[in-house]
Amino acid sequence: MLSELRTLWEVLKHTFTKAETVQYPEEMPYLAPRYRGRIVLTRDPDGEERCVACNLCAAVCPVDCIALQKDTREDGTWYPEFFRINFSRCIMCGMCEEACPTYAIQLTPDFEMCEYDRQNMVYEKEHLLINGVGKYPDYNFYRVSGMKTASKDKGEALNEARPIDTKSLLP
Amino acid sequence: MPMIYVDGQEIEVVQGENILEACLNAGLDLPYFCWHPAMGSIGSCRQCAVVQYQNNEDTRGRIVMGCMTPVSEGARFSLKAENATEFREAVVESLMLNHPHDCPVCAEGGECHLQDMTVMVGHRDRRYTGKKNTYRNQYLGPLIHHEMNRCIACYRCERYYRDYAGGKDLGAQASHDHLYFGRHEEGILESEFSGNLVEVCPTGVFTDKPFLKQYSRKWDLQSAPSICQGCAVGCNIAPGERYGKVKRVHNRYNNEVNGYFICDRGRFGSGYLNSDLRLDYAGIKNPDGSFFAVHQQQALDTAAGWMSGKKVAAIGSPRASVEANYLLRELVGAQNFAAGFSDLDAGLMSSIAAILQATKAQNPSIKQMESADAVLVLGEDVTNTAPRVALALRQSVRNKAFELAEQMGLPAWQDAAVRNLAQDQRSPMIIVSALDTRLDDVASSCVSLAPDDIAAFGYAVAAALAGEQTDNPRADATAEILKAAKNPLIVSGSSMAHQGVINSAAAVADALDQTTSMLSFCVPECNSLGLALMVADGSGSSLSDLAKRASKLDVLIILENDVYRRGDKSEIDQLLSSGAKVITLDMFENSTLDQSDLVMAAASYAESQGTLVSSEGRAQRFYPVHSPAAERLPSWQWLLRLACATGHKKLSKLAHFDEIVAACSQSNPLFAGLVDVAPLNSFRDRGSKIPRQTHRYSGRTAMNSGVSVHEPQQPKDDESPLSYSMEGLNRDQPSSLMPFVWSPGWNSNQSLQKFQAEVDGPLKGGPSGVRLISSTQQGAGVSPQIHKVILKPHQWHLVPMQQIHGSDELSAHTDEIAELAGRGFIAIGQKVAEKLSVSEGDGLLVKQGEVECSLEVRILSRVAKNCIGYSVGFPEAQGLTAGSLVSLEADKKWQRSGPEMIASDKAVFEQVIGGGGASNV
Ligand code: SF4
Ligand code: SF4
Ligand code: SF4
Ligand code: SF4
Ligand code: FES
Repeated sequence: MLSELRTLWEVLKHTFTKAETVQYPEEMPYLAPRYRGRIVLTRDPDGEERCVACNLCAAVCPVDCIALQKDTREDGTWYPEFFRINFSRCIMCGMCEEACPTYAIQLTPDFEMCEYDRQNMVYEKEHLLINGVGKYPDYNFYRVSGMKTASKDKGEALNEARPIDTKSLLP
Repeated sequence: MPMIYVDGQEIEVVQGENILEACLNAGLDLPYFCWHPAMGSIGSCRQCAVVQYQNNEDTRGRIVMGCMTPVSEGARFSLKAENATEFREAVVESLMLNHPHDCPVCAEGGECHLQDMTVMVGHRDRRYTGKKNTYRNQYLGPLIHHEMNRCIACYRCERYYRDYAGGKDLGAQASHDHLYFGRHEEGILESEFSGNLVEVCPTGVFTDKPFLKQYSRKWDLQSAPSICQGCAVGCNIAPGERYGKVKRVHNRYNNEVNGYFICDRGRFGSGYLNSDLRLDYAGIKNPDGSFFAVHQQQALDTAAGWMSGKKVAAIGSPRASVEANYLLRELVGAQNFAAGFSDLDAGLMSSIAAILQATKAQNPSIKQMESADAVLVLGEDVTNTAPRVALALRQSVRNKAFELAEQMGLPAWQDAAVRNLAQDQRSPMIIVSALDTRLDDVASSCVSLAPDDIAAFGYAVAAALAGEQTDNPRADATAEILKAAKNPLIVSGSSMAHQGVINSAAAVADALDQTTSMLSFCVPECNSLGLALMVADGSGSSLSDLAKRASKLDVLIILENDVYRRGDKSEIDQLLSSGAKVITLDMFENSTLDQSDLVMAAASYAESQGTLVSSEGRAQRFYPVHSPAAERLPSWQWLLRLACATGHKKLSKLAHFDEIVAACSQSNPLFAGLVDVAPLNSFRDRGSKIPRQTHRYSGRTAMNSGVSVHEPQQPKDDESPLSYSMEGLNRDQPSSLMPFVWSPGWNSNQSLQKFQAEVDGPLKGGPSGVRLISSTQQGAGVSPQIHKVILKPHQWHLVPMQQIHGSDELSAHTDEIAELAGRGFIAIGQKVAEKLSVSEGDGLLVKQGEVECSLEVRILSRVAKNCIGYSVGFPEAQGLTAGSLVSLEADKKWQRSGPEMIASDKAVFEQVIGGGGASNV
């Protein structure tokens, strides 16, 4: 009995508080940069596609809405031949961003993704890839990785000594 | 059995094993790198450290290597003691000092033993701030990709490639922390078993190059238990599929057959499955010779219309399943069914099938062959005709070493010690062949003889064994060796295309007259023996019979068979163009298909299920890895529907695969065991089917959304106990249903040990496959018939040379295999080459009656008098027949091919050279 009265009282009280609802879309709420909305694929500081098609984001995705296929560039580096996110399934959990070893995949504060046709919620690489570094301006995976690329030889990556001469007898 | 104590827990162990094996057997997780169940221990990686205590009072103990410490009654160990765990973590940390930051772009990632062990020991943060060592990679051919930075110097690759597989061109170089594992210079790896490096190397140094081109992670592959179709050995494989493509083939453990290893044809020869030349739709021929695509039902109705009330004959196939052949044979009647062998092969196969059922020896599994302490090879280049068997024969010559080790009290797993002890002492292996073989390097003696003389040699050995006088001292010596052996093994086969050779092998086995002796035949195709058993009652027809009857036939049905490979062209032309309607079921365009009136697009082995009978007589089931693409259907389904459409009395009552198997097993006493080959369709493990997908299969809701966002249902598999799903358990089910290996914490193929009942032993799910034939031990009773070929001057005896790459019809359609196969060749001895003044790489015109072929010269080191070899099954050598007499002359118009370089890899190679290359670092 008492609790019912209390409930009534609380409801009554709220009649006089200021409304939280805003007049969207005229009035936009503040969204922090780390808000989890529409996913993008970013580029490294040299302007190359960051994603190396490692498949970790796809593996970690709880709703399995990421699918991609690895392909190889002429210099041996990996990149996704296709990269698809089915946003009609995506729950914006941000797990893919956490799993990504290259900072390629990032969530943005854009949540306005309404479509009349569900098929339009399927984003391919051309829709996902942006011309920028996103939240992580400096990182370039291939500068750290030991793989030889077009722009760096063996031994030129971060913290690497030059290639060993296996025929040398010196220590 | 002794008891040991591990962390206070009492464990029953097997006398003679080591602590690592004991722990793994007990289900404990002890990290390791260098130890391999098939190759034993060398104690080089220091990863398997445990603490051993002197007695109950000892609390400090000392660190020992698990893989190097034999168990002993009452011994006390600890895996969990702090000094052991710290030691193991320190080992991984030091291995990681130089390890590149590569996992995301490493093809080993997700199935990397190094990743697993790193997680297992709990190493996480890098403390070392110095620079990492780096290495240049090598170009190792089209099959294997090299990324040397990732090496942890466990020596597994070298020990596998050189010690186990007998390769010569890969090994350890340099020293201390400069160790390098590669070739002396860049180039194609020579071993026929190089692909196993991918699975042996615990890191991503050696990875599967064709797989890398279309790479997917292990967890994303849909796999099914399958059987290699590359040859008759019947190795168990696990192909992995994604996005409708078969991406790679991995070994599937079967301790009686292939164990941990398969050959390169088996691993890399399935690329043809993804070829654009595969047939997708049924087609009916237009008058102008082109085909127009029709629906399945239309094709069936047309075929049924042609067939009703007419004379129908059919040709089966040694590369199609028992079930498909059975259906076809029932459909047209046994007397109208030709097995699909060439006439010569038909004779050889029927005698092999008969000998195997009567010989006094046993027909061994590969595992049994490894135990042979004396081997006689009659006329086979086993490495090219039954590759996996050759790998087993290489192990068999080590029995001498194991015998010596036993005398010294050394356990067999003490690999380095056993090898040091034995040095070059090997068990005897006598190879009698016309030409070089790839096993010559481990043979105790090689005898070069023409095919007829090989047969004569075999008979002489048999005579000597029977105590008769022979005038052949080498045969006498061979007989002595075989007689002295506990488990002698005779290997022969059909590749010489010579009945006498086969009979003489049977004669030797009979003369040995021991139940422990073994007789094994290498036969050509994956189901050759199954088909031979099917027509063993002699009721069938032969290709040439059919060709003669062709004009009286109305319809001819050909099952997965390019008959132009089986007989001479004029005969086959007569067969196919005599007016009968030709209906062909196949998956690839070929000459036979071009001559057909109706084509039904058959599913590949990766899209259908069936049973194959290996050369051992072992019936094994393969399952679809993915459901058939486009309008393909498995041949058995085409034939079953055709039988229904024509109203076949018996067959139209069958609806499911299991019913066909049951009907087939009743039709022939030899096939009685077929029903036990694998569980029925109704089999459920803990209530569900066995999943083909891993539990972490990704992209389920996105892979098809590019086409439509409305997700289709997973394909249903109504014919097998496997499902196209990730739901269900892949654990402890019958071994014939094991699609992949994975266990918590063990993502790499090393998780296999969780599926084995004991280390290196059978699987927990029991044996896989059923041996259909066992010998009555009465003796084959062959009678020696030796006929001698008389050669005119300048005539040579043509000896077939099977090639692992190129001779097999289907795998040769794989780009990498075609590259390795190169051009068709003629192989001659040095003397002949001098006489004809040609050298390696020149051209020779080979004339065999009307047929004339221009072939590349290869020079052999060991050639029997008047013999020359030719590459069988290569398009350039089409028309040449084994055993015929030919003349040779230098080809004036011959264009030598460039330096030994493969076109598509040239670019990569030049890049490497441009970048310095390993040779000029
Ligand atoms: S985790 Fe990152 S790098 Fe890897 S596939 Fe996803 S987006 Fe690409
Ligand atoms: S070998 Fe293993 S640990 Fe090393 S980069 Fe490859 S996946 Fe990572
Ligand atoms: S290449 Fe692989 S197998 Fe060979 S030593 Fe290095 S890590 Fe071991
Ligand atoms: S030996 Fe034969 S069955 Fe085994 S993998 Fe090689 S080709 Fe396949
Ligand atoms: S596994 Fe024991 S030392 Fe390597």
